[in-house]
Amino acid sequence: MKAQLHFREQLEMLKSRLVEMAAQTEEAVRMAVEAFLERDEARAQQVIDSDPEIDRIEMEIDERVIQLLALQQPLASDLRFITMAMKISNDLERMGDHAVNIAKEVLRLLQHPRIGPLPEIEEMVSVATKMLSDGLDAFIRRDAELAREVVLRDDRVDDLHANVFRILLTQMMENPRNIGPCTETLLVSRNLERIADLTTNVAEDVVYMVEARVIKHGAEKLAQ
Amino acid sequence: MKATPTAAGTAAPETDDAGDGSTVLSTDAVDVFYGDKQAIRAVTLEIPTHEVIAFIGPSGCGKSTLLRCFNRMNDLIPAARVGGRVLYHGSDLYGPEVDPVEVRRRIGMVFQKPNPFPKSIYDNVAFGPRINGFRGPLDDLVERSLVQAALWDEVKDRLQESALSLSGGQQQRLCIARALAVEPEVLLMDEPASALDPIATQKIEDLIYELKEHFTVVIVTHNMQQAARVSDRTAFLYMGELIEYGDTEKIFTNPGEERTEAYITGRFG
Repeated sequence: MKAQLHFREQLEMLKSRLVEMAAQTEEAVRMAVEAFLERDEARAQQVIDSDPEIDRIEMEIDERVIQLLALQQPLASDLRFITMAMKISNDLERMGDHAVNIAKEVLRLLQHPRIGPLPEIEEMVSVATKMLSDGLDAFIRRDAELAREVVLRDDRVDDLHANVFRILLTQMMENPRNIGPCTETLLVSRNLERIADLTTNVAEDVVYMVEARVIKHGAEKLAQ
Repeated sequence: MKATPTAAGTAAPETDDAGDGSTVLSTDAVDVFYGDKQAIRAVTLEIPTHEVIAFIGPSGCGKSTLLRCFNRMNDLIPAARVGGRVLYHGSDLYGPEVDPVEVRRRIGMVFQKPNPFPKSIYDNVAFGPRINGFRGPLDDLVERSLVQAALWDEVKDRLQESALSLSGGQQQRLCIARALAVEPEVLLMDEPASALDPIATQKIEDLIYELKEHFTVVIVTHNMQQAARVSDRTAFLYMGELIEYGDTEKIFTNPGEERTEAYITGRFG
């Protein structure tokens, strides 16, 4: 950057890049699960092709954060926002990678016949994608209450993943021909579960950003 | 830059406007001696137009001495001697035909401690234009200068009050307005905020950012964070030598010289 932008302008720019990255990540996850549910090869490929842009924004955000820390000595809520921006962008980048993993599983699943319906994984898709969109809304609106609520939903995704694992294991035991498609499906479930975990991290970071309270690793309960 | 009436009658070379990367001031192997003591050693650097340049370094490193070379303030110090060349738009600032008073009109200066004249706010700003024989609408010039110095709103209803009734931060902005009233091209600032509280400092820093749209600003500061916040380029001086000069972002995140790194990280010595 040639000319030094004013601190507030730089902060706004950082925020708008992060919002852009969040929107692209959410879109990648949404397309990946649609590709999975609809066995849509083109859409899966689209997810894979769009990932480098998310990676690029992550690097840009790192650079902006380092510059702001070095040149502006931000304090209080500005400091919390800037440091959390770096963590959130890191989590978003990982979510983008998980979306790519799901897309690659979809391409492999297309080599196999469709396995029976799995309402649990469909529910997982719906809970995890809603978590993600609410978690990102909480960030954009600085809504700590919504962020706390998002954190609580992670348990449901973990339970569903455990159920999916049990069901797929049973199907594999019943018929070894199912091992291929069931393994790929299990990996989709595993990636969704990771996306929900990373969304939880983002939501915890939003609470820290807004309230300066650490809620991760049960820190609030420990403090009581 | 908007068209402004020329304050002084002296013929001036046409100067560049927007920050087009052209050089307004430069030094070529400049040495400064105070008697036998050498304060600046062979410093060569260029000051681009419409940028904010910060000079940093420990006390006694020569940053204020170097700053004073740019408007011939060292001429006023007995036993000070300047060697090498200081160029203003490529012409020697120390040439025999050059009038130091005209130099100081085009290259204004603001000092560490606010030093308003014991006159009204209006007369402080009008002082320079008046002695330069300004014949345009003086009220407009005073208003514009106060607006540019981000002081107008605070003083517009009390222009006839004494400048000494203002707070320290306001006095410093008044001194900036006074410097701007003679329509300089460059503003030299020697620790302009070091006598001010944090809020007044913030206002001066915001002002510096605004000023570069119309002026080139060279600032000496012992406050490294201030240099980081306000400047586009930073020069690090140590014991009279220019150790490193480059983009502020580079100097503060990945300096090229070990001594710069040691200084900005507080590990000096």
